[in-house]
Amino acid sequence: MTEPQPQFASPKPHHVGRGIFLGTVLAGVSSLYWGERVWSHLSTALAPLEAGIPLIPQGGWRIYTIGDGMPSFDPKTWKLEIGGHAAKPMTLDYERLLSLPKVNQVSTFHCVTGWTVTDVHWGGVRLADVLDLVQPNASAHALQFVSAEVPYVDYLTLAQTKLHNVMLAYEMDGVPLPREHGAPVRLIIPEMYGYKNVKWLNGINLVPAEQIGYWEQYGYDQDAWVGHSNGYGT
Amino acid sequence: MKPTYRKRFSRTERTLHWANALGFFFLLASGLALYLPSLSEIVNRRQLVQEVHFWAGCGWISVLVAIVVLGDRRGILRTAREIDAFDADDLRWLTGQKPAPQGRFNAGQKLNSLLTVAFAVLFLVSGLFLWFGEQDTRYRFASTVILHDGLMYASLVLLVGHLYLAVIHPTTRHSLRGITLGTVSEEWAAKHYAKWTPE
Repeated sequence: MTEPQPQFASPKPHHVGRGIFLGTVLAGVSSLYWGERVWSHLSTALAPLEAGIPLIPQGGWRIYTIGDGMPSFDPKTWKLEIGGHAAKPMTLDYERLLSLPKVNQVSTFHCVTGWTVTDVHWGGVRLADVLDLVQPNASAHALQFVSAEVPYVDYLTLAQTKLHNVMLAYEMDGVPLPREHGAPVRLIIPEMYGYKNVKWLNGINLVPAEQIGYWEQYGYDQDAWVGHSNGYGT
Repeated sequence: MKPTYRKRFSRTERTLHWANALGFFFLLASGLALYLPSLSEIVNRRQLVQEVHFWAGCGWISVLVAIVVLGDRRGILRTAREIDAFDADDLRWLTGQKPAPQGRFNAGQKLNSLLTVAFAVLFLVSGLFLWFGEQDTRYRFASTVILHDGLMYASLVLLVGHLYLAVIHPTTRHSLRGITLGTVSEEWAAKHYAKWTPE
């Protein structure tokens, strides 16, 4: 048998639950417009906390792949073929790549899906220096970048590759480029969204004209200028 | 003395809860495979995982809607009214004052339910924008991925608190019986939900 229950005079209820629900939904939907600005301030403050949880994405990076397996890198067998419409096609192995004049730069990496990583320290070689070695023919007006992640390819015009901070990066933040970031070498063109910054490079072909790259076939812009393409800033 | 029990959750409510839990855990697992670099390296087939995650999300919301539509709609509406109503005792409960007698749901459970449903709506909205934004720039917003990831973290906080109270905390874990068998002991109900008068 249970004890008699005390009787409570029920205070008048207020229907605030629907307000909490709607307020949360509205705050969430409106954050599509203000979320990035707030996050850019918050992420700096949260960086030490983030560093304490190595499992979660560090520094704001997200890892995107398109193939069935992330390419792995073997320094003994890896090769970068650079050819096509060039007078002196060449094949670089990892050792030869590292022996080329090294440059360092700090730049911001923008993903077309909205996230950004600031102050990334890249080390590598200028693409312009590599092109000087292979000597493009007059018929070459664009470059095809081939990834070991088949079938990922993308293109830049020859003029775009001559921007001052375009590089083939084999170091990131002071360490050899990690596998998930495209080891051993990736293209870096900070003025363009990440999908043009081809990871796991194993081929560069000089070609007469740009063709449709991997993400461009799904409607992404051929010229992926940060803030001025793919629906941003237009 | 043999304890007596009173009904706390209907079959529809319990089905709704477990369908929500099952869907959420599946989406959390497939979402983490996309989100965590260490897992994405192991799982590898990102495109497939992305498709599974998207369609599972659509299925999750559809099943929840179907349970409400095909189940005890009046009962769900009655529950929604209970969750919608906050009184002075609820405010006292939230601010740790006593006494703060509660109805079938305490104020914390009401808040948890409201946020869980709101998050489900936002997961759906941001998930659809992420999916269609990949194909059409009109649906692409710079903050969609931030919203979707943020919801995951906020939901995890709610989930950890919910699991602790439902499974571990000695005085509250009896509630697990309510959401599995539908009934809770009269004695426990009188102690924790003094204003709850069964129909």
